[in-house]
Amino acid sequence: MSLSYESHHHDVIVIGAGGAGLRAAIEVSAQGLSVALICKSLLGKAHTVMAEGGAAAALGNVDPEDGWQAHFKDTIMGGKTMSNWRMAELHAKQAPSRIKELELWGAVFDRTPDGKISQRAFGGHQYKRLAHVGDRTGLELIRTLQDKGIHCGIDVFMECTVTDLLKDGDGRACGALAYWRESGRLVTFSAKAVVLATGGTGKAWRITSNSWEYTGDGMALAYQAGASLMDMEFIQFHPTGMVWPPGVRGILVTEGVRGEGGMLKNSEGKRFMFDYLPPETKHLFADTEEESKRWVDSILAGENTDARRPPELSTRDNVAKAINSEVKAGRGSPHGGVFLDISYQDPNRIKRKLPSMYHQFKELADVDITKGPMEVGPTMHYTMGGIKVDPETQMSAVPGLFAAGEVASGLHGANRLGGNSLSDLIVFGKLAGEHAAKFARESDSTESAIAEDSVKTLVDTLMAPFERKTEGPYEIHRDLQEIMQTKVGIIRTESELAEALDELDAIEKRVDAVSVSGSIQFNPGWHLAVDLRNMVITSKATAWSALERRETRGGHTREDFPNTNSDFSGHNSRISKAEDGSMEFNTTEKPVMPDQLQALFKEDNK
Amino acid sequence: MAEQTARFQVFRGETEAEGRIDEYTVPVSAGMVVLDAMHHIQGYESPDLAVRWNCKAAKCGSCSAEVNGKPSLMCKTRLDHLDLSKPVRVDPLRTFPLIRDLVTDVSWNYHVNKSIKPFTPVDDKVDDWRYYQHDVDRVQEFRKCIECFLCQDVCHVLRNHNRKDVFAGPRFMIRLASLEMHPMDNADRIPFIKESAGIGLCNITKCCTEVCPEEIQITDNAIIPLKERVIDRYYDPMLWVLRQFGFIR
Repeated sequence: MSLSYESHHHDVIVIGAGGAGLRAAIEVSAQGLSVALICKSLLGKAHTVMAEGGAAAALGNVDPEDGWQAHFKDTIMGGKTMSNWRMAELHAKQAPSRIKELELWGAVFDRTPDGKISQRAFGGHQYKRLAHVGDRTGLELIRTLQDKGIHCGIDVFMECTVTDLLKDGDGRACGALAYWRESGRLVTFSAKAVVLATGGTGKAWRITSNSWEYTGDGMALAYQAGASLMDMEFIQFHPTGMVWPPGVRGILVTEGVRGEGGMLKNSEGKRFMFDYLPPETKHLFADTEEESKRWVDSILAGENTDARRPPELSTRDNVAKAINSEVKAGRGSPHGGVFLDISYQDPNRIKRKLPSMYHQFKELADVDITKGPMEVGPTMHYTMGGIKVDPETQMSAVPGLFAAGEVASGLHGANRLGGNSLSDLIVFGKLAGEHAAKFARESDSTESAIAEDSVKTLVDTLMAPFERKTEGPYEIHRDLQEIMQTKVGIIRTESELAEALDELDAIEKRVDAVSVSGSIQFNPGWHLAVDLRNMVITSKATAWSALERRETRGGHTREDFPNTNSDFSGHNSRISKAEDGSMEFNTTEKPVMPDQLQALFKEDNK
Repeated sequence: MAEQTARFQVFRGETEAEGRIDEYTVPVSAGMVVLDAMHHIQGYESPDLAVRWNCKAAKCGSCSAEVNGKPSLMCKTRLDHLDLSKPVRVDPLRTFPLIRDLVTDVSWNYHVNKSIKPFTPVDDKVDDWRYYQHDVDRVQEFRKCIECFLCQDVCHVLRNHNRKDVFAGPRFMIRLASLEMHPMDNADRIPFIKESAGIGLCNITKCCTEVCPEEIQITDNAIIPLKERVIDRYYDPMLWVLRQFGFIR
């Protein structure tokens, strides 16, 4: 086909328009540079909208003794010490300012009785720390950023999918090739710096809380451009997804239900989480149902208490594995989950604090959560791993290529705490925008560095599925999801991971030969065929990293290596593209935490 | 027992004039919604069926369509609430220009939003803003909006009279109300609400409220109070007199 495409020039392009992308674009704009914001969906529909429970920030509005140090420690411990200490420090220190800034831009958080931003309890957080709006905090965050962003002079390119990153002769990121989903027409963007904010890769699994957009695009784009992927084995299976009816299996049930006092029970009516607390954190949780009840009563009354938190508020990796074990032991609910019950509370309070959960269950599952329990089970929810970035600037190994939010790695280590994602987006979205702008300002590159012939090869590959008559993308996607679900799931073994890697090689060959029917105009089959290229890369990276980590830690559980092993605590796994184009596995030293931060942990042990 | 199936008549095509209705038979499972059926058609029969969707949990407002003529989110329209003895008809939103199949061009809405004066705080230092839950219960009701544009689709000013040039539609009346009622906002949007947003064109038939998946009381809680504010400003004879004599502005 003839090579005709529209071209755009900006100082910086931001790919992905969830919380991180929007925040980055706003920052670039605030620095006085031109910026394009490119997203696969309509503006305001990105996966951020699905975040429910809240954004973690040590504001200390409800528990005044909270501070950045406590938030930092919780993040490191929640991540099983695998987090990059500097990212965890920056995050804990800057989250409160970013939350207050949202309020200045029009966000309306729930209030405390004395009129401040209210904060709720969540798993793994010592203090009530999550700024929230009922159970629709993500919507509030994205709408606030969206309404701010459209008045900042950002050029928004909606329903436009980036397929390849472009680099200049000096190896710097200099733009991207994309297609308009509506028309199928091609478009190139040239820029002096590129920010990736495309989120995770949940659509590689069958049971997931993630939307169709979550196909690992940014991770794969960065990998292809020469950046490294880190910690890809650490996948968060959220303990509470819906399990019934089949069409909604995997859809998220907010941790806020447990934060507000929801109890997990097995088919025998037993609150099993008391039995699953890891020894090192057991002392932080209630010992008895009576103590747990006192804690809930204090929440309901808005008072302080010396009672410890209910065991349901253990970290997500732990609760997910507990549910998995209960179901395997034959103590599950009728549809293969367990029961989550908040119906003992006042119905009006439930509807006020958890309105979208109330509607979700009422309308999709015929369950009234004010009258009876929900059935819940684990669902693939979050990719802790992602592009390896410099903690100060968020730049990857490719000069001029930045990443922020779920697409990047480092903050969450082996397990993310609930509420640390929304704060991640705004803290590191801002930093990525700031440093991308700085890089662009200092860059000596000239416009139109894009080489025509390199684009032609990419376009030919992109259009090739229309010329072939083989199998379609949906079948390949189903098979890919089956492999990841059954062999790279919550519980993993050496043999299954090795099988998965072989099978993914076969999937890769099928993706290279995929065929597509119909026209290029708004063709979901073609869109999926393009997305599959990315999911194959991230799936292989996950399976390989999981194979090499022969221990159990956070969101990576090996049946054959059930214990955490300190031999694996000093390095992160790293996937990159070798010179011959093949994928290669390596490890990278984990930076050592400075003494003054290490001292924070010692204070606890006095 | 034979597997239960349902028939779907789905609009296909790139223009209204050349569009056609294709019928598909889809197996039905418990709790299934219309969006599941569209995904089944994509996955097994017609991979290029154009559908917009994201969250599949009624939180993003992407999968708006007209199911048996009623503006609905496909992700929360249960098959067991429909009469499956007849084919289920699925059409794109009719108030917006067609792109392809079930996908329409809703960009006009984004242009309207951009014309609205954004949140303008009383002061820009926010170290300790205090306001109370009861101050913002109403504002939070409006901020539940997921921008599915079903209210825009059903609004007769937009749908039947196509007055997108002079009327902002219910979605943006609640956006305007959320700003006007925000305790920390300091901007005046009343002239805009009267002139550019054209609030006078709404004759409160409440169709928008009926289709809102978030159950926002669009007419009662947003449009009518805004109409009252416009009336106070422009049509109250007492205030007019006071204004003439310079007692108030």
